[in-house]
Amino acid sequence: MSALVLAEHDNNAIRSATLNTISAAAKVDADVHVLVAGKGCDGAAKAAAQIPGVKKVLKADDARYDHQLAEPVAALLATVGKNYAAILAPADTFGKNVLPRAAALLDVAQISDIIAVVSSDTFVRPIYAGNAMATVQSGDKIKVITVRTTGFPAAATTGGSATIEALAAAADPGVSNFVKQELSKSERPELTSAKVIVSGGRGMQSGDNFKKVLEPLADVLGAAVGASRAAVDSGFVPNDFQVGQTGKIVAPELYIAVGISGAIQHLAGMKDSKVIVAINKDEEAPIFQVADFGIVGDLFKLVPELEAELKRRAAK
Amino acid sequence: MKVLVAVKRVVDANVKVRVKADKTGVELANIKMAMNPFCEIAVEEAVRLKEKGKATEIVAVSMGPQSCQETIRTALAMGADRGVHVKTDAELQPLAVAKMLKAIVEAEKPGLVILGKQAIDNDCNQTGQMLAGLLGWPQGTFASKIDIGDGKIDVTREIDGGLETVSLKAPALVTTDLRLNEPRYASLPNIMKAKKKPIEEKTPEALGVDVTPRLKTLKVEEPPKRKGGVKVASIQELVDKLKAEAGVIQ
Repeated sequence: MSALVLAEHDNNAIRSATLNTISAAAKVDADVHVLVAGKGCDGAAKAAAQIPGVKKVLKADDARYDHQLAEPVAALLATVGKNYAAILAPADTFGKNVLPRAAALLDVAQISDIIAVVSSDTFVRPIYAGNAMATVQSGDKIKVITVRTTGFPAAATTGGSATIEALAAAADPGVSNFVKQELSKSERPELTSAKVIVSGGRGMQSGDNFKKVLEPLADVLGAAVGASRAAVDSGFVPNDFQVGQTGKIVAPELYIAVGISGAIQHLAGMKDSKVIVAINKDEEAPIFQVADFGIVGDLFKLVPELEAELKRRAAK
Repeated sequence: MKVLVAVKRVVDANVKVRVKADKTGVELANIKMAMNPFCEIAVEEAVRLKEKGKATEIVAVSMGPQSCQETIRTALAMGADRGVHVKTDAELQPLAVAKMLKAIVEAEKPGLVILGKQAIDNDCNQTGQMLAGLLGWPQGTFASKIDIGDGKIDVTREIDGGLETVSLKAPALVTTDLRLNEPRYASLPNIMKAKKKPIEEKTPEALGVDVTPRLKTLKVEEPPKRKGGVKVASIQELVDKLKAEAGVIQ
């Protein structure tokens, strides 16, 4: 038997979350296949074939997979996936959308958001916003799994030479149409793969302050900008900035939390960061309990000071 | 158009749960329970559709022990018209819940089903997608906007890089994200009125669904603790520490 990874891609390249998912898949079954479903997705299929450890790439190139909508892609997985011991996808908005639907069509449970593989049928996953870790065993014939990417290293992108097999399209339920995508344009690194993240909370007071105070610091550090739910709810920044239980799960080398109190829902999304710095005026804020380095004071004074200090040392 | 919403009773979002000493689960005795926040958003959206004249009737469904009826009453107080309670003390996993909801949807024939995207207890994020798959319906997950058209429902979805809009052929299923709306608090008169609204009781057996769990929980443990707490006095000191001790900046 083999493990099948549903690739997240833009038809030309494989998105980084897929690389972590491949590492998880290799722990479930040594024989890893990758499914690339798209339209004009030859580039992505070739990129997948170069990932070491991938034995075979299945390419389903058809107009119905153009925007990788859940309905046709889950229908395809329900056909191809029947012969696999496991089907995996990253636990991001792409994988979370498609995989449970495929699991239901295959009449199996899904194991969501795993952070460790204990054996081919036993996995560890966080529950209650990461306040507890559950070890679960699946009795189903096919294990359908979404992978928390911060739990597994990214596979390399060169060195492999998998065969590429063209796959016939499966029946499309034909009930959904793509209308449009409005993607946030940013020169910054992506939140989920950034090495440094500067995040703001309610203490930022306005969206304007994100631009004026936080972004210059992020520029100096080459960092991505994130936010707490409170900042998103207050309309300071769009939802795709949100780090937390129901937003993005991140684990950068350095996470700087600015004006974030540290609700358990936020901690759930960032507490696996290597180093956490907290800047907050309230010395009792729970964020300080998880921060490696905390500094109590007015963020509107401290953040520009930090930015200036980093610049000064860089200039030396 | 009839709208069906599913609501789950979970540990209140403000409670920090504790793992049981015997590692079989988390401590739930005497803990404050509430409607899952994403389910509140689902109920609110249904009520707003009714206020706009787009929905004619709202049915709120919950599954689990007797106490789930309190959660259904909350939905009724917010503006749902009647409730369905699938009563069971068995452990329910998403696939079984989706199968039971399918049986209820087939009997009720709503034009739109709204669920929360995720329950904040098991954090699965599965049931809506599973239900849509079982019904063969289109799905608009992680919705921040719903537009009811003629025979179609347009849904704006929160995706990792921004927003995506899909057009779904009705009937359709939607799961809610945070920015879809801000749920109302039920007023006292509406809470009183909700007590008189009907709740129909059903059982998994009557719905013909085998709810045997597919996943077995072997153990539940505390996550590794982070050692935090070092406070620095100045930005100078902070940058020194980040360089020397943590090595995260050059």
